[in-house]
Amino acid sequence: MEKTKKKKKKAQSYSSVNSKLLRRPIKRASWFFLLPMVAAFCVGFVWPFLQGLFLSFCKFKTTSDWKLIGFDNYIKAFADESFRYSFFYTALFAVVSVIFINVLAFVVAYALTQGIKGTNLFRTVFFMPNLIGGIVLGYIWSMIFDGILTAYGTSILMNSSWGFWGLIILMCWQQVGYMMIIYVAGLQAVPEDMIEAAKIDGASSAQTLFKITIPNVMPSITICMFLSLTNGFKLFDQNLALTGGLPYIINPDGTTVHTTEMLALNIYNTFYGQASTSRGVAQAKAVIFFILVACIGLVQLRSTRKKEVQQ
Amino acid sequence: MKKFFALLLVAVMAISLVACVGGTEEKGSVYWLNFKPESDEALQEIAKMYTDETGVEVKVVTAASGTYNERLTSEMDKGTDAPTIFVVGNAAAVEQWGDYCYDLTDTAVAKELSSDAYKLTDADGKLCSIGYCYECYGIIVNTKLLEKAGYAKDYIKNFETLKTVAEDVHARAAELGFDAFSATDMDDSSSWRFTGHLANLEYYYESVDDPAAWETCPAEIKGTYMDNYRALYDLMCVNSATPRGELATGGHDAANQFATETALFYVNGNWEWSGLSEKGMKAEDLSMIPYYCGVEGEEKAGLNCGTENYWAVNAKASEADIKATLEFMNWLVTDKEASEIAVGTFGVMPYKNAVASTNPFLGQSEAYANAGNYTMPWVTNFQPNVDQYRAALVAALNEYNGNPSDATWEKVETAFVAGWATQYAAANQ
Repeated sequence: MEKTKKKKKKAQSYSSVNSKLLRRPIKRASWFFLLPMVAAFCVGFVWPFLQGLFLSFCKFKTTSDWKLIGFDNYIKAFADESFRYSFFYTALFAVVSVIFINVLAFVVAYALTQGIKGTNLFRTVFFMPNLIGGIVLGYIWSMIFDGILTAYGTSILMNSSWGFWGLIILMCWQQVGYMMIIYVAGLQAVPEDMIEAAKIDGASSAQTLFKITIPNVMPSITICMFLSLTNGFKLFDQNLALTGGLPYIINPDGTTVHTTEMLALNIYNTFYGQASTSRGVAQAKAVIFFILVACIGLVQLRSTRKKEVQQ
Repeated sequence: MKKFFALLLVAVMAISLVACVGGTEEKGSVYWLNFKPESDEALQEIAKMYTDETGVEVKVVTAASGTYNERLTSEMDKGTDAPTIFVVGNAAAVEQWGDYCYDLTDTAVAKELSSDAYKLTDADGKLCSIGYCYECYGIIVNTKLLEKAGYAKDYIKNFETLKTVAEDVHARAAELGFDAFSATDMDDSSSWRFTGHLANLEYYYESVDDPAAWETCPAEIKGTYMDNYRALYDLMCVNSATPRGELATGGHDAANQFATETALFYVNGNWEWSGLSEKGMKAEDLSMIPYYCGVEGEEKAGLNCGTENYWAVNAKASEADIKATLEFMNWLVTDKEASEIAVGTFGVMPYKNAVASTNPFLGQSEAYANAGNYTMPWVTNFQPNVDQYRAALVAALNEYNGNPSDATWEKVETAFVAGWATQYAAANQ
């Protein structure tokens, strides 16, 4: 008897929130609450995306003045040597930068969760580079690198491997702090009792790290890997400002390969560099680029998700 | 209350509707997408003057340096709000924007032009754009320093004499307190002086040898005068206030080196005059000499004169806007007060009734021409896919500067000659 009374009371309290009188107007007006966001999403993303997709099948000078030509642009994009080069260059960059950024960010986060003095100050300082825009960062670092290199009568623009490592250093400097914050949050969420239990069982600190801590921060690793990987692929500002694709390899037939040009910059240069004849090709490259980044991101998400443990 | 809001909303809607309809008055308006950032202030003043005088709205928007094509591409998409005056500065631009160009033949402003040299037409003979100013470039010399180094003001007559002076001054730089050439930086803010302007000597002399091939943009070039280009480029880089290895990075501010008298020569054009005079340099201490590069008969050379500043009128604008725009242009080149401001910022305007130029370098270019010297027109304007072509040249020259040898120079030649054919093919596919 007592039990049913309680149940009834509970149901009543639910029904007061769930009451049709309250629900119905909210439901009816739901589109109204969604509208601003949906509109912004459509204006800022869906519409330009569809237009871009359409234009990739066109020859055009301005986006309102086009002529349909079918798959020509895609054929030309795949045949473009510089596009293929920048694809492999970007892939290499993404892999190397993902490793460096995540290892460094994890190490810093681990160090800053051990209760050393001034932890908050360190975290703030490490995070700060992330607040500076990419173009500015690119120019600042080109000054730093060239400040050193001019002493040896050379420049970051003269050697492609300097350009590569320069960009890696720049990206680490910018991104490590951001990823560190995510790792710190993950590390703080590792249950104390698990670590204590491991200690009691006589696990060494290395064992605790690899067997307890890392499996427990796997969600943070997933998100950080995803962010740094897609950031690596989408990189544009820093690339433009630091080297702008220099140095070039000048082929005997007069064509050039921009040795430090990544995909996004390659698309930009195709769009604006050639007198409007290859704008459609650039658009096709952009669509290929989108599919590529989306696929890689999804595959990576799925594979790291598998390693996550349920707490 | 509710009713009040409803009424208010209706009122706002009605007003905005009326505003939409009322926006396109019969008077028309002018929208000038300006190409020269340094002229922005003067043009805003001119726009205000015209609006005050006639009531016609004139909007001047200046594209950020080096992004004109990008800006124009997006502005042209704006339909009725697209620019009515824009810049179509060379044959490649005519090809790209020709459809957007109003035929200027028989317009009052085109008839005001003082010379036929500043007209760009498309393949069908449509007058697409007309020059609104012209410029000249060469090597600016501080004649006061030249005399200090022990040479007469007019000592330099050809490559040999230029070389003598440059090498001598460079060798005695510590003792004299100034070096021969100011920095020949290869960063974006400066590299065009060498990949665009200096390259003109090669194209020009090639076009003299074979004028028929250069009537329109040639599909390929020969590179006959590459050795002359190299000789002059080397002279500038070796005998310089800035070491060669630092050129790729740039940022040495050649104008400042020249104005503070740490260098005798400055490779640039007449538009530098206002900057140099602001820094306290006097017209009588300055002169401009041609690119002497060891070509036979170059004692009779003049300066490189031409322009990339051509007005085009948007053919896709409304009739009222086109009419207003043409009237505005005509006013600008005939009204004394307005053309005075315009000439002040542009240097000179090739129109019958515009006020005369006060730029000493332009005066000098005329003096060369009057003395019977040949003027070198801007053949550079033919460069196909100009941005990519020049970028490759910058990359090759950087490598050459890092390690000056015949092997690296070969790459410069490849970028210069084979690069032309490649970019021509890409631009004309």
